[in-house]
Amino acid sequence: MSPMQAPSSRPTSLPEAATSGQPFHMQMADTKTPTLGEASKLSATDLVFHYGSFKALHGISLQVFEKRVTAFIGPSGCGKSTFLRTLNRMNETIRTSRVEGEILLDGEDIFKLEVSALRRRVGMVFQRPNPFPKSIFDNIAYGPRINGSVSRSGMKDHVEQSLRRAALWDEVKDKLHESAYGLSGGQQQRLCIARALAVDPEVLLLDEPCSALDPIATAKIEDLIFQLKDSCTIVIVTHNMQQAARVADYTGFFLMGKLIEFDNTTVIFKNPSRKETEDYITGRFG
Amino acid sequence: MGLTLRRKIVNYVMLSLTGVCTFFAVGMLLFILGYLFVNGGRSLTWDFFTKLPTPVGELGGGMANALLGSAKLLVLATCIGVPIGFLGGVYLAEFGGSSFSFIVRYTTDLLNGVPSIVIGIFAYTILVLPQKHFSTLSGGIALGVMMIPIAVRSSEDFLRAVPGSLREGAMALGASKAKTILTVVIPAAKAGLLTGIMLNLARVAGETAPLLFTSFSNRYWSPGWDQPTAALPVMIYTYAISPYEDWKRQAWSAGFVLLMLVLAINIFARMILTKRGHAAR
Repeated sequence: MSPMQAPSSRPTSLPEAATSGQPFHMQMADTKTPTLGEASKLSATDLVFHYGSFKALHGISLQVFEKRVTAFIGPSGCGKSTFLRTLNRMNETIRTSRVEGEILLDGEDIFKLEVSALRRRVGMVFQRPNPFPKSIFDNIAYGPRINGSVSRSGMKDHVEQSLRRAALWDEVKDKLHESAYGLSGGQQQRLCIARALAVDPEVLLLDEPCSALDPIATAKIEDLIFQLKDSCTIVIVTHNMQQAARVADYTGFFLMGKLIEFDNTTVIFKNPSRKETEDYITGRFG
Repeated sequence: MGLTLRRKIVNYVMLSLTGVCTFFAVGMLLFILGYLFVNGGRSLTWDFFTKLPTPVGELGGGMANALLGSAKLLVLATCIGVPIGFLGGVYLAEFGGSSFSFIVRYTTDLLNGVPSIVIGIFAYTILVLPQKHFSTLSGGIALGVMMIPIAVRSSEDFLRAVPGSLREGAMALGASKAKTILTVVIPAAKAGLLTGIMLNLARVAGETAPLLFTSFSNRYWSPGWDQPTAALPVMIYTYAISPYEDWKRQAWSAGFVLLMLVLAINIFARMILTKRGHAAR
């Protein structure tokens, strides 16, 4: 598939709430559990995040729907990555950070879950490929090994299956025991996706996964996102609006630490209800 | 025109001056190496590695007991200095709060600056005096204490050099902090950590002052860890200041062997680091 081709599986019918003239985020404020008519996987309510004295997120409320791709767009420093990193509590490693509000994963409060258990269920892939300085095989086997989730004898099959899910198997099957650093940037990023998939996460968070990659490698990752959607809920942060339009079912627009608008991707790009969203989409700022 | 000429002259003078100083800096090492090579290499015999020292007046003999003594002292020093230094480095690099780490780092720098003879006196006071005799153990502990500050700093530096993205990658897969350090950070820094240990070892291998009143010296094989032992640097000192021609010859041999040992450790350590550099690329 060429990088510019639109996905065929993108939802075309708009849920009722999104089509009724009123801005969607306003409606969300009224009801405790708003949905766009699908099963909610992650649900954030009034999420506030501070880095020291800096307030990075000003009360974000939104839903991530199961087995759908949700994209967050917005200019640099708008809080989209911060929000993403709160979903698996990666921000906790920053000493001065503070978080308020609620995030539910299948109805469970993620701040009450054990953090490593949460991260096994909510995997993450980062902006720059970060393979471990180990062999390709050991990279993929790392997660299952530390979690003890796959038996020693089943590891080989599990690694193969994970690499196949990340569409990398054919390229690396003959050099599984060579260093992961020998792979190209795009292959390394797919390796990182395979590594995340190897622990069978329910949700996969992608933090600008293509920003360090060329267009062909980007297209491969985007194809991969479509394939993974059947088995995984995906949340992607991207600087690239075309990418959001291509891969996402739902899109949220962040600005200055606020969620300006959240809706079906088609609505956000064709018929946004907020002026700021329209200005950003049409390239008037940001 | 005058200005240009003056600039040219200043340039020429300064270039010559810095060049000559560089030459002296490098030349000093080459001179010492060459001198030892000629004198030490010439007087080195197989006996040096296999025989015990002979009594005064009797020619020949070797320093086999000093070689074994030095090895014992270095093993002991490594067993004490490396675990303490390494774990301290792990704490500083991975867990230390900023102000506490600053104090610890400052303290280790001070410890590093303590003259080696003072560390010798320290070991003498807490071990030799109560026991009322010199021992290999006290010498090893003195050298081990000397290894600690460098082991702390080199471990910390090499662990810090591991990119944060690798730590994040491991934690995002559900690894706890301890598991991340054990399974990703330390393996990634392995080559550097090993190099740090070896360079540290090479540095204390030539220390004489802390051994003078801890492990002392011994004309024979040291019977145990709680007995005095000969060591290469102390033997060089004793033999070099003696009035006997044959002892002076043996001091040259010992100096040569010690230098080659240190040089070999250094080169080997650098090789490990370069190899890692290739693998990372």
